[in-house]
Amino acid sequence: MLELRKDIFADERDDNLNEVGKPTQRQDMLGHVTATSPYFNDHKLQGMLHLKVLRSTHHHARLRRIDVSEAERQPGVRRIIRGSDVPRNINTLLSLINFGKDDEPSLAVDKVRYKGEPIVAVVADSEREAFEALAKIKVEYEPLPTVFDVEDAMKAGAPIVNETYPKNTFTYHDIYDHQKLRFGDVERAFDQADHVLDERYQMSPIEHAPTETNGSIAAPETNGRYVVYTSTQALFFSLDTSAKILDIPSNKLHFIGGTVGGGFGGKVDTLTEPLAILGSMLTGRPVRYMLGREEEMQYGSPRGGERIYIKDAMSRDGRIIARKMRCIFDSGAYTRLSSYAVVKCAAHLPGPYTIPNVHADVYCVYTNRVPATAMRGFGVTAVDFAIECQMDKLAHLINMDPMEFRILNAYRDGDMKAHRREAKNTALIECVQVAAEKAKWNLSESAKRASSRKEGSSARASMPDSSRAAAPVAASYERPATAPASSFSPPVVQSTVNAPPSAAPPISSPSPTSHGATRFSSVFGRRR
Amino acid sequence: MAKLRGRGIAAINYPIGMNLGGDPSQALVHSNPTGKFTVALSSIDLGQGMKSVTRQICAETLGVPVEDVYVDTADSDTGPHCMGSFASRGTHRVGNAVMVAAQEARAVMMEAAAEELEVNASDLVTDGKGNIHVKGAPHRSISTKDVAIAAQFKQGRTISGRGIFLVPLSAVNPETGEMSPATCYAHACLVAEVDVDDETGEVTMIRMDSAYELGRALNPKLVEQQLVGGAWMGLSHALFETPEPYYPEPIHGPRDFVEYLMPGPGDICPHDIAVLERPAADGPFGAKGPGEMCANPVLPAVANAIFNAVGVRVDDLPITPEKVLRGIRAQGGARPQTRR
Repeated sequence: MLELRKDIFADERDDNLNEVGKPTQRQDMLGHVTATSPYFNDHKLQGMLHLKVLRSTHHHARLRRIDVSEAERQPGVRRIIRGSDVPRNINTLLSLINFGKDDEPSLAVDKVRYKGEPIVAVVADSEREAFEALAKIKVEYEPLPTVFDVEDAMKAGAPIVNETYPKNTFTYHDIYDHQKLRFGDVERAFDQADHVLDERYQMSPIEHAPTETNGSIAAPETNGRYVVYTSTQALFFSLDTSAKILDIPSNKLHFIGGTVGGGFGGKVDTLTEPLAILGSMLTGRPVRYMLGREEEMQYGSPRGGERIYIKDAMSRDGRIIARKMRCIFDSGAYTRLSSYAVVKCAAHLPGPYTIPNVHADVYCVYTNRVPATAMRGFGVTAVDFAIECQMDKLAHLINMDPMEFRILNAYRDGDMKAHRREAKNTALIECVQVAAEKAKWNLSESAKRASSRKEGSSARASMPDSSRAAAPVAASYERPATAPASSFSPPVVQSTVNAPPSAAPPISSPSPTSHGATRFSSVFGRRR
Repeated sequence: MAKLRGRGIAAINYPIGMNLGGDPSQALVHSNPTGKFTVALSSIDLGQGMKSVTRQICAETLGVPVEDVYVDTADSDTGPHCMGSFASRGTHRVGNAVMVAAQEARAVMMEAAAEELEVNASDLVTDGKGNIHVKGAPHRSISTKDVAIAAQFKQGRTISGRGIFLVPLSAVNPETGEMSPATCYAHACLVAEVDVDDETGEVTMIRMDSAYELGRALNPKLVEQQLVGGAWMGLSHALFETPEPYYPEPIHGPRDFVEYLMPGPGDICPHDIAVLERPAADGPFGAKGPGEMCANPVLPAVANAIFNAVGVRVDDLPITPEKVLRGIRAQGGARPQTRR
């Protein structure tokens, strides 16, 4: 059941609209429910061949010898593709926007870094013949030491997963092995705190498990162009990635997609297009490369496991006065997109709360597992789990209602956020109030009266100066009672505490240079 | 041995779009000779309804019925550039690009209509039903079809528009993390109610109540679809899914939907949703986008509900019966907390 609460924020909206806001049936609904919408795999082209890859059976090993001679003689085999056949057999996805170094081959050459890494591709008349040929390929491995735990991987002497990043960490701003977030002075706040809570959280990897597995079909068009039917979530991203790996101009490629059977982030990696196109170039025939369900489950990149440490300082009235976090993202053997999730995560901390002192280090770490990639809530889902479990523990610690605890600490319009931008257009408090109403959860009168549009800014808007004593931001609004959370007793009405003048003058409003058309960034480097 | 009930909450916000190398999307809108419009995109419809919300935005902006607009995705030869469908950016970025393109097309359409009606374009309005008429004088009217025919065959005008929406790259300070990561944020709060069996450690979902603030629900049915489906994913993430159940040990590894656990129809629960709309200053009709965030509050809300039911904190996902039961045993039995 969905209820539209038009009564809230009504003064900020013009609802006089004809089409927007209506529950119009989807343009593609009938096609979807009658199984007539065309997906990439509905293109069955004349003379189409099938591509399958041989995957590493080791988590980490040197490739001593690859013998494809018997596979080449198998019936139906049209072409065996080796790493040396790939024009630019090293890439990193975000090189398109010049972020990070090329670190991942399309087909492994001298070493495999995760179990399931593609080594050789076979193009054959049928999927069955491709699989039978793969079974005839002999690979001699020299197993290498492995590392699977992110904190083990960061230790001195850990096995080097990916030689591009010999310390097993992505490099930020050319100098750091993590992205920093610094706001105020957490250590001083810890000294002043009534309560300190230090906890560890662990996200699990999960599969995107789309109904339609990753795949593409490439075929020669005229004039040396190739048409590619694809399940990609990002058409030009996949097109430009393929053009780079194949070392051809982008206008040699004609990508067609647009209707996809679920992505959830798992169809940005361009897992199949480059090899399908290369197979088509090498055979002159249409080539289809689609992951089977087992491949999708085991080797289609998952959500990464993220380990999160949170240490909070809280005053006895329930105000969080400092939050220190250390987040470690398990990128698997290659970067893919995890490097970006780290930056997104840093910007998201400390969650939707106004906390005057915040300190976070966020890492992207390499291990010998399937490379992780984007997934719904990338960089945020895991820390939201950690932060909201932590919020529950903090409320419990002082016996405060967890809803009122969130309203007390919620960010409001005009507050200064840890990434040094003013909070605007906030609505966390109203969401808590409405959810409470729906769940028949009793809130105190002061919690019901709280508003995202009131009592933000003032002391809460100032930029803390870490060179001074960090004055925990005083509550400048009526605070809900800290009565036992279980009670349905009338709330204790607190007198309004006026904020003292901020210890630090409201200095350094957001640097004007940083949100303009800045095309050069110390994170992202110079554009090519 | 008992089933113990508990409730837990979580509150979150979510950034709309990404901050990496600049975040642009483009759209082209044009009319055919009989006044039907096509929106050309290279953006992807993953099932979330990209085609539908951009269609509604285009129709609203042009002032024509939604049936007169068709959205074409995604062909790199005809659709202009889009970063892709991820980072909750589709509604906001692509929606804005379509709006800009539709505004340009509308301006030409009104000029063409003005020429036919021999008035100033500024005196004309659309009725949303396929007609353009003089403000305050509905009888001085012309259909969009006749305008398109006139534009094409008589006036030599192209009723078309180009749109781009770009959120420029914001530099990230290496020392402080100062940056402008997003231009707007969506919000949510969710209450989960569960039963925990203190003999087996099994968790049963009883119900969910939630409030989501999304700027503008461009299509409430699609919003509902996203929020219900996303909550299912969150519940699955919280209680069932993982290819590596003993992470970081890389063991097990499911191969199909039989081995990879996910909630079935018997594992889901009623979900009552409220949607709030606080329009974003730069959103198309204020819209932000519900794309990714809808799974996020479910995970911690379920974890907190389990604590409320039996007093066990499981801080490692997924929260399997094994972990719950080990927690109950470690503390010498279930410890129900304050009933909420």
